[in-house]
Amino acid sequence: MKITVLSGKGGTGKTTISTNLSWILSEKMKVQLLDTDVEEPNTHLFFDIEFQEEIPVNIMIPVVDKDKCILCGECAKVCQFGAIAVFPKAVMVFENLCHGCGACSLICPTKAIDEKPKRIGVIRLGRINGNLLYGMGLMDLGEPSGVGIIRELKKRMDDSADVVIIDAPPGTSCPVVESLRGTDFAILVTESSPFGLHDLRMAVEVVRTMEIPVGVVLNKYDPSFREMDEYIKKEGLKVLMKVPFNKEIAYHYSKGELFTKYISGWRDKFWRMYEEIKEMIG
Amino acid sequence: MKQIAVVSGKGGTGKTTLASSLAFLFENHVIADCDVDAPNMHLILNPSVESEEEFVGGKKAVIIDEKCIRCGVCENICRFDAIYVRDDRSYYVDKFACEGCSACVIVCPTNAIELVDEVAGSVYTSKTKVAPMVHALLRPGEETSGKLVAEVRKKALEVAKNEKKDYMVIDGAPGVGCPVESTVVGVTYVIVVAEPTSSGLHDMRRIVEVLEQLRRNFGVVINKYDINMDKTRDIENFCDVKGIRILGKIPFDEKVQTANVMGIPVVKIDGSPAASEIRRIYQELLKILEGGLQG
Repeated sequence: MKITVLSGKGGTGKTTISTNLSWILSEKMKVQLLDTDVEEPNTHLFFDIEFQEEIPVNIMIPVVDKDKCILCGECAKVCQFGAIAVFPKAVMVFENLCHGCGACSLICPTKAIDEKPKRIGVIRLGRINGNLLYGMGLMDLGEPSGVGIIRELKKRMDDSADVVIIDAPPGTSCPVVESLRGTDFAILVTESSPFGLHDLRMAVEVVRTMEIPVGVVLNKYDPSFREMDEYIKKEGLKVLMKVPFNKEIAYHYSKGELFTKYISGWRDKFWRMYEEIKEMIG
Repeated sequence: MKQIAVVSGKGGTGKTTLASSLAFLFENHVIADCDVDAPNMHLILNPSVESEEEFVGGKKAVIIDEKCIRCGVCENICRFDAIYVRDDRSYYVDKFACEGCSACVIVCPTNAIELVDEVAGSVYTSKTKVAPMVHALLRPGEETSGKLVAEVRKKALEVAKNEKKDYMVIDGAPGVGCPVESTVVGVTYVIVVAEPTSSGLHDMRRIVEVLEQLRRNFGVVINKYDINMDKTRDIENFCDVKGIRILGKIPFDEKVQTANVMGIPVVKIDGSPAASEIRRIYQELLKILEGGLQG
Protein backbone atom coordinates (compact mmCIF):
# COMPACT_ATOMS: atom_id res chain seq x y z
CA MET A 1 0.00 0.00 0.00
CA LYS A 2 1.28 3.45 -0.92
CA ILE A 3 0.11 6.48 1.02
CA THR A 4 1.07 10.09 0.20
CA VAL A 5 0.84 12.76 2.89
CA LEU A 6 0.31 16.27 1.55
CA SER A 7 -1.19 19.55 2.66
CA GLY A 8 -1.34 22.43 0.20
CA LYS A 9 -0.26 24.92 2.83
CA GLY A 10 3.17 24.49 4.36
CA GLY A 11 3.65 23.98 8.08
CA THR A 12 0.32 22.31 8.77
CA GLY A 13 1.88 19.11 10.10
CA LYS A 14 2.61 16.83 7.13
CA THR A 15 5.93 15.77 8.59
CA THR A 16 4.46 15.24 12.06
CA ILE A 17 1.86 12.87 10.61
CA SER A 18 4.13 11.01 8.18
CA THR A 19 6.94 10.41 10.69
CA ASN A 20 4.69 9.29 13.53
CA LEU A 21 2.57 7.11 11.25
CA SER A 22 5.66 5.41 9.78
CA TRP A 23 7.11 4.77 13.21
CA ILE A 24 3.92 3.31 14.66
CA LEU A 25 3.09 1.09 11.67
CA SER A 26 6.63 -0.29 11.70
CA GLU A 27 5.89 -1.95 15.04
CA LYS A 28 3.94 -4.61 13.21
CA MET A 29 4.87 -4.41 9.54
CA LYS A 30 7.57 -3.39 7.12
CA VAL A 31 7.37 0.30 6.28
CA GLN A 32 9.33 2.58 3.97
CA LEU A 33 9.22 6.34 4.51
CA LEU A 34 10.13 8.48 1.49
CA ASP A 35 10.63 12.25 1.74
CA THR A 36 9.85 13.87 -1.62
CA ASP A 37 10.02 17.44 -0.29
CA VAL A 38 13.40 17.67 -2.00
CA GLU A 39 13.71 21.45 -1.58
CA GLU A 40 13.33 21.34 2.19
CA PRO A 41 13.21 17.75 3.44
CA ASN A 42 12.67 17.41 7.20
CA THR A 43 11.68 13.84 8.06
CA HIS A 44 15.33 12.78 8.56
CA LEU A 45 15.53 15.15 11.54
CA PHE A 46 13.18 12.91 13.51
CA PHE A 47 15.12 9.66 13.29
CA ASP A 48 18.51 8.12 13.77
CA ILE A 49 19.12 6.90 10.26
CA GLU A 50 21.77 4.50 9.11
CA PHE A 51 22.36 5.72 5.56
CA GLN A 52 23.58 2.99 3.22
CA GLU A 53 23.54 4.56 -0.20
CA GLU A 54 23.92 8.02 -1.71
CA ILE A 55 23.04 8.22 -5.37
CA PRO A 56 23.55 11.39 -7.40
CA VAL A 57 20.65 12.38 -9.66
CA ASN A 58 21.70 13.69 -13.03
CA ILE A 59 20.05 15.14 -16.05
CA MET A 60 21.68 14.97 -19.47
CA ILE A 61 22.69 18.35 -20.82
CA PRO A 62 24.03 19.20 -24.28
CA VAL A 63 27.67 19.53 -25.24
CA VAL A 64 28.26 21.07 -28.65
CA ASP A 65 31.10 19.84 -30.84
CA LYS A 66 32.46 23.01 -32.44
CA ASP A 67 33.98 21.15 -35.35
CA LYS A 68 30.71 19.56 -36.38
CA CYS A 69 28.45 22.55 -35.60
CA ILE A 70 27.39 24.60 -38.64
CA LEU A 71 25.69 27.29 -36.50
CA CYS A 72 22.35 26.68 -38.20
CA GLY A 73 20.38 27.64 -35.07
CA GLU A 74 17.99 24.68 -35.16
CA CYS A 75 18.82 23.71 -31.56
CA ALA A 76 18.01 27.16 -30.22
CA LYS A 77 14.77 27.18 -32.17
CA VAL A 78 13.62 23.83 -30.83
CA CYS A 79 14.57 24.43 -27.19
CA GLN A 80 11.43 25.39 -25.28
CA PHE A 81 13.34 26.61 -22.26
CA GLY A 82 15.73 29.14 -23.76
CA ALA A 83 18.64 27.02 -22.59
CA ILE A 84 20.68 27.13 -25.77
CA ALA A 85 21.57 30.18 -27.85
CA VAL A 86 23.36 30.42 -31.18
CA PHE A 87 25.62 33.38 -31.86
CA PRO A 88 27.45 34.17 -35.11
CA LYS A 89 30.55 32.33 -33.95
CA ALA A 90 29.49 29.99 -31.15
CA VAL A 91 26.70 28.13 -29.37
CA MET A 92 26.07 28.72 -25.68
CA VAL A 93 24.33 26.37 -23.25
CA PHE A 94 22.68 27.81 -20.11
CA GLU A 95 22.91 24.81 -17.81
CA ASN A 96 20.49 26.01 -15.16
CA LEU A 97 17.70 26.49 -17.69
CA CYS A 98 18.15 23.09 -19.34
CA HIS A 99 15.49 20.47 -18.56
CA GLY A 100 17.61 17.68 -20.04
CA CYS A 101 14.97 16.65 -22.61
CA GLY A 102 17.39 15.89 -25.44
CA ALA A 103 15.42 17.77 -28.12
CA CYS A 104 18.46 19.75 -29.28
CA SER A 105 20.56 16.69 -29.96
CA LEU A 106 17.62 15.07 -31.76
CA ILE A 107 17.15 18.02 -34.10
CA CYS A 108 20.81 18.77 -34.85
CA PRO A 109 21.35 18.04 -38.58
CA THR A 110 25.08 17.40 -38.22
CA LYS A 111 24.96 15.37 -35.00
CA ALA A 112 27.12 17.99 -33.33
CA ILE A 113 25.38 17.73 -29.97
CA ASP A 114 26.47 15.11 -27.51
CA GLU A 115 25.25 14.94 -23.91
CA LYS A 116 26.91 14.83 -20.52
CA PRO A 117 25.43 14.24 -17.09
CA LYS A 118 24.90 17.19 -14.77
CA ARG A 119 24.06 16.67 -11.11
CA ILE A 120 20.84 18.27 -9.82
CA GLY A 121 20.71 16.60 -6.42
CA VAL A 122 21.06 13.33 -4.52
CA ILE A 123 19.00 10.49 -3.18
CA ARG A 124 19.91 9.03 0.19
CA LEU A 125 18.68 5.59 1.15
CA GLY A 126 18.98 3.88 4.48
CA ARG A 127 17.19 2.28 7.38
CA ILE A 128 15.95 3.40 10.76
CA ASN A 129 15.52 -0.17 12.00
CA GLY A 130 14.87 -3.59 10.54
CA ASN A 131 11.23 -2.74 9.92
CA LEU A 132 11.53 0.89 8.89
CA LEU A 133 13.32 1.79 5.67
CA TYR A 134 14.06 5.35 4.69
CA GLY A 135 14.69 7.39 1.56
CA MET A 136 15.01 11.09 0.89
CA GLY A 137 15.84 13.39 -2.00
CA LEU A 138 17.82 16.60 -1.68
CA MET A 139 17.90 19.14 -4.48
CA ASP A 140 21.15 21.01 -5.01
CA LEU A 141 20.79 24.71 -4.21
CA GLY A 142 20.51 26.85 -7.31
CA GLU A 143 18.61 24.21 -9.28
CA PRO A 144 15.22 25.33 -10.54
CA SER A 145 13.19 22.14 -10.03
CA GLY A 146 13.36 18.94 -8.03
CA VAL A 147 10.81 16.93 -10.00
CA GLY A 148 13.51 14.71 -11.55
CA ILE A 149 14.80 13.85 -8.08
CA ILE A 150 11.31 12.89 -6.92
CA ARG A 151 10.95 10.66 -9.97
CA GLU A 152 14.23 8.89 -9.21
CA LEU A 153 13.44 8.53 -5.50
CA LYS A 154 10.11 6.90 -6.26
CA LYS A 155 11.87 4.33 -8.43
CA ARG A 156 13.57 3.20 -5.22
CA MET A 157 10.33 2.17 -3.55
CA ASP A 158 10.98 -1.08 -1.73
CA ASP A 159 8.82 -3.95 -2.97
CA SER A 160 9.26 -5.80 0.30
CA ALA A 161 7.58 -2.99 2.26
CA ASP A 162 3.97 -3.54 3.31
CA VAL A 163 3.36 0.19 3.41
CA VAL A 164 5.21 3.04 1.66
CA ILE A 165 4.58 6.49 3.15
CA ILE A 166 5.48 9.52 1.05
CA ASP A 167 5.97 12.93 2.67
CA ALA A 168 5.16 15.37 -0.14
CA PRO A 169 6.26 19.00 -0.60
CA PRO A 170 3.85 21.86 0.15
CA GLY A 171 1.74 23.44 -2.57
CA THR A 172 -0.28 21.76 -5.31
CA SER A 173 1.99 22.10 -8.30
CA CYS A 174 4.08 19.69 -10.35
CA PRO A 175 6.27 18.22 -7.54
CA VAL A 176 3.14 17.36 -5.55
CA VAL A 177 1.55 15.64 -8.53
CA GLU A 178 4.78 13.70 -9.08
CA SER A 179 4.70 12.63 -5.42
CA LEU A 180 1.07 11.51 -5.68
CA ARG A 181 1.40 9.64 -8.95
CA GLY A 182 0.64 5.93 -8.53
CA THR A 183 -0.24 6.09 -4.85
CA ASP A 184 -3.27 4.32 -3.40
CA PHE A 185 -4.32 6.92 -0.88
CA ALA A 186 -3.77 10.57 0.00
CA ILE A 187 -3.78 11.94 3.53
CA LEU A 188 -4.43 15.68 3.45
CA VAL A 189 -3.16 17.45 6.54
CA THR A 190 -4.76 20.82 7.23
CA GLU A 191 -5.10 23.30 10.07
CA SER A 192 -8.02 25.32 11.43
CA SER A 193 -7.37 28.63 9.72
CA PRO A 194 -8.54 30.40 6.57
CA PHE A 195 -5.08 29.69 5.07
CA GLY A 196 -5.33 26.01 5.84
CA LEU A 197 -8.84 25.81 4.38
CA HIS A 198 -7.94 27.76 1.24
CA ASP A 199 -5.00 25.52 0.44
CA LEU A 200 -6.91 22.37 1.42
CA ARG A 201 -9.47 23.15 -1.28
CA MET A 202 -6.69 23.26 -3.86
CA ALA A 203 -5.19 20.00 -2.62
CA VAL A 204 -8.60 18.30 -2.75
CA GLU A 205 -8.96 19.42 -6.36
CA VAL A 206 -5.63 17.81 -7.25
CA VAL A 207 -6.27 14.42 -5.62
CA ARG A 208 -9.78 14.28 -7.08
CA THR A 209 -8.46 15.06 -10.57
CA MET A 210 -6.00 12.21 -10.11
CA GLU A 211 -8.80 9.96 -8.81
CA ILE A 212 -6.96 9.05 -5.62
CA PRO A 213 -9.00 8.14 -2.50
CA VAL A 214 -8.52 10.76 0.17
CA GLY A 215 -8.94 11.41 3.88
CA VAL A 216 -8.24 14.48 6.00
CA VAL A 217 -6.28 15.02 9.21
CA LEU A 218 -7.40 18.16 11.02
CA ASN A 219 -4.28 19.36 12.77
CA LYS A 220 -4.15 22.20 15.32
CA TYR A 221 -7.90 21.61 15.32
CA ASP A 222 -10.02 24.47 16.64
CA PRO A 223 -13.80 23.81 16.51
CA SER A 224 -14.50 27.55 16.68
CA PHE A 225 -13.26 27.84 13.08
CA ARG A 226 -16.56 26.49 11.78
CA GLU A 227 -15.86 27.03 8.07
CA MET A 228 -13.53 24.03 8.12
CA ASP A 229 -16.17 21.60 9.39
CA GLU A 230 -18.72 23.05 6.99
CA TYR A 231 -16.39 22.54 4.04
CA ILE A 232 -15.53 18.98 5.08
CA LYS A 233 -19.21 18.16 5.39
CA LYS A 234 -20.18 19.77 2.10
CA GLU A 235 -17.45 17.92 0.21
CA GLY A 236 -18.18 14.64 1.97
CA LEU A 237 -14.55 14.28 3.04
CA LYS A 238 -13.58 11.59 5.50
CA VAL A 239 -11.92 12.92 8.66
CA LEU A 240 -9.23 10.43 9.69
CA MET A 241 -8.02 12.16 12.83
CA LYS A 242 -8.32 15.39 14.76
CA VAL A 243 -5.26 16.72 16.56
CA PRO A 244 -6.06 19.73 18.78
CA PHE A 245 -3.43 22.45 19.18
CA ASN A 246 -1.24 21.35 22.04
CA LYS A 247 1.91 23.10 23.20
CA GLU A 248 3.43 19.77 24.22
CA ILE A 249 3.06 18.35 20.70
CA ALA A 250 4.54 21.56 19.27
CA TYR A 251 7.45 21.33 21.71
CA HIS A 252 8.32 17.73 20.77
CA TYR A 253 8.14 18.67 17.10
CA SER A 254 10.45 21.62 17.70
CA LYS A 255 13.03 19.30 19.25
CA GLY A 256 12.83 16.83 16.40
CA GLU A 257 11.01 14.20 18.45
CA LEU A 258 8.05 11.96 17.66
CA PHE A 259 5.29 13.16 19.97
CA THR A 260 3.57 9.77 20.04
CA LYS A 261 6.57 8.37 21.92
CA TYR A 262 5.94 10.79 24.78
CA ILE A 263 2.21 11.49 24.91
CA SER A 264 0.00 8.50 25.58
CA GLY A 265 -3.12 7.56 23.69
CA TRP A 266 -1.94 8.54 20.23
CA ARG A 267 -0.56 5.19 19.08
CA ASP A 268 -4.05 3.69 19.02
CA LYS A 269 -5.39 6.69 17.11
CA PHE A 270 -2.74 6.28 14.41
CA TRP A 271 -3.52 2.55 14.17
CA ARG A 272 -7.22 3.31 13.84
CA MET A 273 -6.41 5.77 11.09
CA TYR A 274 -4.47 3.09 9.25
CA GLU A 275 -7.34 0.61 9.59
CA GLU A 276 -9.74 3.20 8.20
CA ILE A 277 -7.48 3.91 5.26
CA LYS A 278 -7.23 0.18 4.54
CA GLU A 279 -10.99 -0.07 4.54
CA MET A 280 -11.39 2.93 2.23
CA ILE A 281 -8.96 1.53 -0.32
CA GLY A 282 -10.91 -1.74 -0.17
CA MET B 1 11.41 52.41 -5.21
CA LYS B 2 12.44 49.89 -2.58
CA GLN B 3 11.33 46.26 -2.61
CA ILE B 4 11.02 44.12 0.50
CA ALA B 5 10.45 40.35 0.18
CA VAL B 6 9.40 37.97 2.96
CA VAL B 7 10.57 34.35 2.50
CA SER B 8 11.10 31.35 4.77
CA GLY B 9 12.40 28.10 3.27
CA LYS B 10 10.05 26.07 5.44
CA GLY B 11 6.34 26.59 4.92
CA GLY B 12 4.01 27.73 7.66
CA THR B 13 6.54 29.70 9.68
CA GLY B 14 4.51 32.92 9.50
CA LYS B 15 5.52 34.59 6.23
CA THR B 16 2.03 35.74 5.39
CA THR B 17 1.32 36.85 8.97
CA LEU B 18 4.35 39.15 8.82
CA ALA B 19 3.92 40.20 5.18
CA SER B 20 0.24 41.10 5.58
CA SER B 21 1.04 43.18 8.66
CA LEU B 22 3.87 44.96 6.82
CA ALA B 23 1.46 45.53 3.94
CA PHE B 24 -0.75 47.29 6.46
CA LEU B 25 2.05 49.34 8.06
CA PHE B 26 3.94 50.58 5.00
CA GLU B 27 2.75 53.74 3.30
CA ASN B 28 2.60 54.59 -0.38
CA HIS B 29 3.37 51.07 -1.52
CA VAL B 30 2.23 48.24 -3.73
CA ILE B 31 1.72 44.65 -2.54
CA ALA B 32 2.77 41.53 -4.46
CA ASP B 33 1.85 37.97 -3.46
CA CYS B 34 4.50 35.79 -5.07
CA ASP B 35 3.39 32.55 -3.41
CA VAL B 36 1.53 31.70 -6.61
CA ASP B 37 1.26 28.03 -5.70
CA ALA B 38 -0.71 28.57 -2.48
CA PRO B 39 -1.42 32.29 -2.20
CA ASN B 40 -2.93 33.46 1.09
CA MET B 41 -2.43 37.23 1.32
CA HIS B 42 -5.81 37.88 -0.30
CA LEU B 43 -7.52 36.17 2.65
CA ILE B 44 -6.24 38.98 4.88
CA LEU B 45 -6.28 41.92 2.49
CA ASN B 46 -9.57 41.20 0.66
CA PRO B 47 -8.59 42.58 -2.72
CA SER B 48 -11.24 43.54 -5.26
CA VAL B 49 -9.97 42.39 -8.63
CA GLU B 50 -9.75 45.11 -11.26
CA SER B 51 -8.17 43.14 -14.07
CA GLU B 52 -7.23 39.56 -14.78
CA GLU B 53 -4.79 38.22 -17.35
CA GLU B 54 -4.31 34.62 -18.34
CA PHE B 55 -0.82 33.27 -17.91
CA VAL B 56 0.59 30.91 -20.53
CA GLY B 57 3.26 29.00 -18.69
CA GLY B 58 4.55 26.76 -21.41
CA LYS B 59 3.39 24.21 -23.90
CA LYS B 60 2.09 20.66 -23.68
CA ALA B 61 2.21 17.88 -26.25
CA VAL B 62 -1.08 16.69 -27.77
CA ILE B 63 -1.35 13.50 -29.81
CA ILE B 64 -3.74 13.56 -32.76
CA ASP B 65 -5.16 10.08 -32.61
CA GLU B 66 -6.17 9.81 -36.30
CA LYS B 67 -2.59 10.41 -37.40
CA CYS B 68 -1.00 8.13 -34.77
CA ILE B 69 0.24 4.78 -36.07
CA ARG B 70 0.99 3.52 -32.54
CA CYS B 71 4.68 2.99 -33.19
CA GLY B 72 5.72 3.99 -29.66
CA VAL B 73 8.72 6.09 -30.70
CA CYS B 74 7.42 9.06 -28.67
CA GLU B 75 7.03 6.96 -25.54
CA ASN B 76 10.65 5.84 -25.78
CA ILE B 77 12.12 9.27 -26.45
CA CYS B 78 10.26 11.07 -23.61
CA ARG B 79 12.53 11.52 -20.61
CA PHE B 80 9.70 12.58 -18.32
CA ASP B 81 7.60 9.40 -18.61
CA ALA B 82 4.79 11.58 -19.89
CA ILE B 83 3.58 9.37 -22.75
CA TYR B 84 1.77 6.15 -22.05
CA VAL B 85 -0.47 3.56 -23.69
CA ARG B 86 -3.94 2.80 -22.40
CA ASP B 87 -5.86 -0.45 -22.65
CA ASP B 88 -7.30 0.62 -26.01
CA ARG B 89 -3.69 0.73 -27.32
CA SER B 90 -3.93 4.47 -27.99
CA TYR B 91 -1.14 6.79 -26.86
CA TYR B 92 -1.80 9.55 -24.36
CA VAL B 93 0.12 12.48 -22.90
CA ASP B 94 0.09 12.84 -19.15
CA LYS B 95 -0.45 16.60 -18.94
CA PHE B 96 1.06 16.83 -15.48
CA ALA B 97 4.28 15.04 -16.45
CA CYS B 98 4.77 16.70 -19.86
CA GLU B 99 7.31 19.51 -19.80
CA GLY B 100 6.49 20.63 -23.33
CA CYS B 101 10.01 19.98 -24.58
CA SER B 102 9.07 18.89 -28.15
CA ALA B 103 11.30 15.78 -28.28
CA CYS B 104 8.24 13.66 -29.16
CA VAL B 105 7.19 16.14 -31.85
CA ILE B 106 10.62 15.81 -33.46
CA VAL B 107 10.66 12.02 -33.58
CA CYS B 108 7.05 11.29 -34.52
CA PRO B 109 7.20 9.81 -38.05
CA THR B 110 3.64 10.86 -38.97
CA ASN B 111 3.57 14.38 -37.45
CA ALA B 112 0.84 13.27 -35.12
CA ILE B 113 2.04 15.34 -32.16
CA GLU B 114 1.67 19.07 -31.67
CA LEU B 115 2.68 21.46 -28.91
CA VAL B 116 -0.12 23.70 -27.72
CA ASP B 117 -0.09 26.66 -25.34
CA GLU B 118 -1.12 25.78 -21.83
CA VAL B 119 -2.87 28.34 -19.66
CA ALA B 120 -1.17 27.66 -16.35
CA GLY B 121 -2.79 30.34 -14.24
CA SER B 122 -3.93 33.94 -13.94
CA VAL B 123 -2.44 37.22 -12.80
CA TYR B 124 -4.71 39.69 -11.01
CA THR B 125 -4.32 43.41 -10.46
CA SER B 126 -6.48 44.46 -7.54
CA LYS B 127 -7.30 47.19 -5.06
CA THR B 128 -7.23 46.74 -1.31
CA LYS B 129 -8.02 49.19 1.48
CA VAL B 130 -4.31 49.79 2.10
CA ALA B 131 -2.68 49.61 -1.32
CA PRO B 132 -2.90 48.19 -4.82
CA MET B 133 -2.06 44.50 -4.97
CA VAL B 134 -0.88 42.11 -7.66
CA HIS B 135 -1.43 38.41 -7.11
CA ALA B 136 -1.78 35.23 -9.09
CA LEU B 137 -3.05 31.71 -9.00
CA LEU B 138 -1.29 28.75 -10.54
CA ARG B 139 -3.69 26.03 -11.62
CA PRO B 140 -3.28 22.86 -9.57
CA GLY B 141 -0.71 20.44 -10.96
CA GLU B 142 1.10 22.97 -13.12
CA GLU B 143 4.86 23.26 -13.13
CA THR B 144 6.16 25.34 -10.21
CA SER B 145 6.52 28.58 -11.95
CA GLY B 146 9.25 31.09 -11.43
CA LYS B 147 7.91 32.58 -14.64
CA LEU B 148 4.54 33.35 -13.06
CA VAL B 149 6.30 34.90 -10.06
CA ALA B 150 8.30 37.07 -12.45
CA GLU B 151 5.05 38.07 -14.14
CA VAL B 152 3.53 39.15 -10.81
CA ARG B 153 6.58 41.26 -10.01
CA LYS B 154 6.60 42.81 -13.47
CA LYS B 155 2.95 43.83 -13.09
CA ALA B 156 3.57 45.15 -9.58
CA LEU B 157 6.49 47.21 -10.87
CA GLU B 158 4.25 48.74 -13.55
CA VAL B 159 1.67 49.68 -10.94
CA ALA B 160 4.38 51.13 -8.69
CA LYS B 161 5.76 53.20 -11.56
CA ASN B 162 2.39 54.52 -12.71
CA GLU B 163 1.27 55.43 -9.22
CA LYS B 164 4.71 56.61 -8.05
CA LYS B 165 4.98 54.26 -5.12
CA ASP B 166 7.94 54.24 -2.71
CA TYR B 167 7.82 50.57 -1.67
CA MET B 168 6.84 47.11 -2.79
CA VAL B 169 5.98 44.51 -0.12
CA ILE B 170 6.33 40.96 -1.40
CA ASP B 171 5.07 37.71 0.18
CA GLY B 172 7.27 34.91 -1.15
CA ALA B 173 6.93 31.20 -1.81
CA PRO B 174 8.26 28.47 0.50
CA GLY B 175 11.19 26.30 -0.58
CA VAL B 176 14.53 27.10 -2.18
CA GLY B 177 13.76 26.55 -5.86
CA CYS B 178 12.94 28.65 -8.87
CA PRO B 179 9.86 30.50 -7.48
CA VAL B 180 11.90 31.72 -4.50
CA GLU B 181 14.78 32.89 -6.67
CA SER B 182 12.31 34.76 -8.87
CA THR B 183 10.83 36.32 -5.72
CA VAL B 184 14.12 37.77 -4.44
CA VAL B 185 15.99 38.67 -7.63
CA GLY B 186 16.50 42.41 -7.69
CA VAL B 187 14.76 43.19 -4.38
CA THR B 188 16.25 45.71 -1.95
CA TYR B 189 15.92 43.66 1.22
CA VAL B 190 14.82 40.13 2.12
CA ILE B 191 13.31 39.04 5.44
CA VAL B 192 13.71 35.37 6.33
CA VAL B 193 11.05 34.16 8.76
CA ALA B 194 12.38 31.25 10.81
CA GLU B 195 10.76 29.20 13.56
CA PRO B 196 12.67 27.65 16.47
CA THR B 197 12.27 24.00 15.51
CA SER B 198 14.72 21.43 14.12
CA SER B 199 12.97 21.68 10.76
CA GLY B 200 12.88 25.47 10.90
CA LEU B 201 16.61 25.70 11.57
CA HIS B 202 17.44 23.15 8.86
CA ASP B 203 15.36 24.96 6.24
CA MET B 204 16.63 28.41 7.26
CA ARG B 205 20.22 27.31 6.63
CA ARG B 206 19.30 26.32 3.08
CA ILE B 207 17.43 29.53 2.24
CA VAL B 208 20.27 31.59 3.75
CA GLU B 209 22.72 29.80 1.45
CA VAL B 210 20.54 30.60 -1.55
CA LEU B 211 20.34 34.28 -0.52
CA GLU B 212 24.10 34.40 -0.07
CA GLN B 213 24.62 32.86 -3.51
CA LEU B 214 22.32 35.50 -4.95
CA ARG B 215 24.11 38.23 -2.93
CA ARG B 216 20.94 39.57 -1.36
CA ASN B 217 20.77 41.89 1.65
CA PHE B 218 18.73 40.11 4.26
CA GLY B 219 17.83 39.76 7.93
CA VAL B 220 16.09 37.13 10.03
CA VAL B 221 12.89 37.28 12.08
CA ILE B 222 12.34 34.47 14.58
CA ASN B 223 8.64 33.73 14.84
CA LYS B 224 7.08 32.06 17.91
CA TYR B 225 10.55 32.36 19.44
CA ASP B 226 9.38 31.31 22.93
CA ILE B 227 8.12 27.88 21.78
CA ASN B 228 11.61 26.46 22.16
CA MET B 229 14.27 28.75 23.64
CA ASP B 230 17.10 26.27 22.92
CA LYS B 231 16.31 26.29 19.23
CA THR B 232 15.94 30.08 19.28
CA ARG B 233 19.47 30.28 20.70
CA ASP B 234 20.64 27.91 17.95
CA ILE B 235 19.20 30.30 15.35
CA GLU B 236 20.79 33.28 17.11
CA ASN B 237 24.17 31.56 17.24
CA PHE B 238 23.94 30.62 13.58
CA CYS B 239 23.13 34.23 12.66
CA ASP B 240 25.84 35.54 14.96
CA VAL B 241 28.54 33.39 13.35
CA LYS B 242 27.36 34.36 9.87
CA GLY B 243 26.98 38.05 10.75
CA ILE B 244 23.28 38.02 9.89
CA ARG B 245 21.14 40.69 11.49
CA ILE B 246 18.21 39.51 13.60
CA LEU B 247 15.44 42.01 13.00
CA GLY B 248 13.19 40.79 15.74
CA LYS B 249 11.69 37.94 17.73
CA ILE B 250 7.94 37.54 17.61
CA PRO B 251 6.42 35.73 20.61
CA PHE B 252 3.85 32.97 20.32
CA ASP B 253 0.56 34.81 20.53
CA GLU B 254 -2.93 33.33 20.23
CA LYS B 255 -4.14 36.65 18.83
CA VAL B 256 -2.34 35.79 15.57
CA GLN B 257 -4.73 32.89 15.02
CA THR B 258 -7.65 35.13 16.05
CA ALA B 259 -6.59 37.72 13.48
CA ASN B 260 -6.18 35.11 10.75
CA VAL B 261 -9.63 33.70 11.43
CA MET B 262 -11.09 37.21 11.36
CA GLY B 263 -9.24 37.88 8.11
CA ILE B 264 -7.36 40.94 9.36
CA PRO B 265 -3.65 41.66 9.86
CA VAL B 266 -2.57 40.97 13.45
CA VAL B 267 -1.27 44.54 13.83
CA LYS B 268 -4.88 45.70 13.84
CA ILE B 269 -5.51 43.85 17.11
CA ASP B 270 -4.97 45.82 20.31
CA GLY B 271 -2.82 44.41 23.05
CA SER B 272 -1.22 41.74 20.90
CA PRO B 273 2.41 41.09 21.88
CA ALA B 274 3.11 39.76 18.37
CA ALA B 275 1.70 42.95 16.87
CA SER B 276 3.87 45.26 18.94
CA GLU B 277 6.99 43.31 17.96
CA ILE B 278 5.98 43.48 14.29
CA ARG B 279 5.57 47.27 14.62
CA ARG B 280 9.06 47.43 16.08
CA ILE B 281 10.42 45.31 13.22
CA TYR B 282 8.75 47.68 10.77
CA GLN B 283 10.50 50.68 12.34
CA GLU B 284 13.82 48.85 12.24
CA LEU B 285 13.19 47.97 8.61
CA LEU B 286 12.54 51.61 7.71
CA LYS B 287 15.84 52.57 9.31
CA ILE B 288 17.68 49.89 7.36
CA LEU B 289 16.05 50.91 4.08
CA GLU B 290 16.76 54.60 4.66
CA GLY B 291 20.28 53.99 5.90
CA GLY B 292 21.28 52.53 2.55
CA LEU B 293 21.53 49.03 3.98
CA GLN B 294 24.71 49.56 5.96
CA GLY B 295 25.41 47.38 8.97
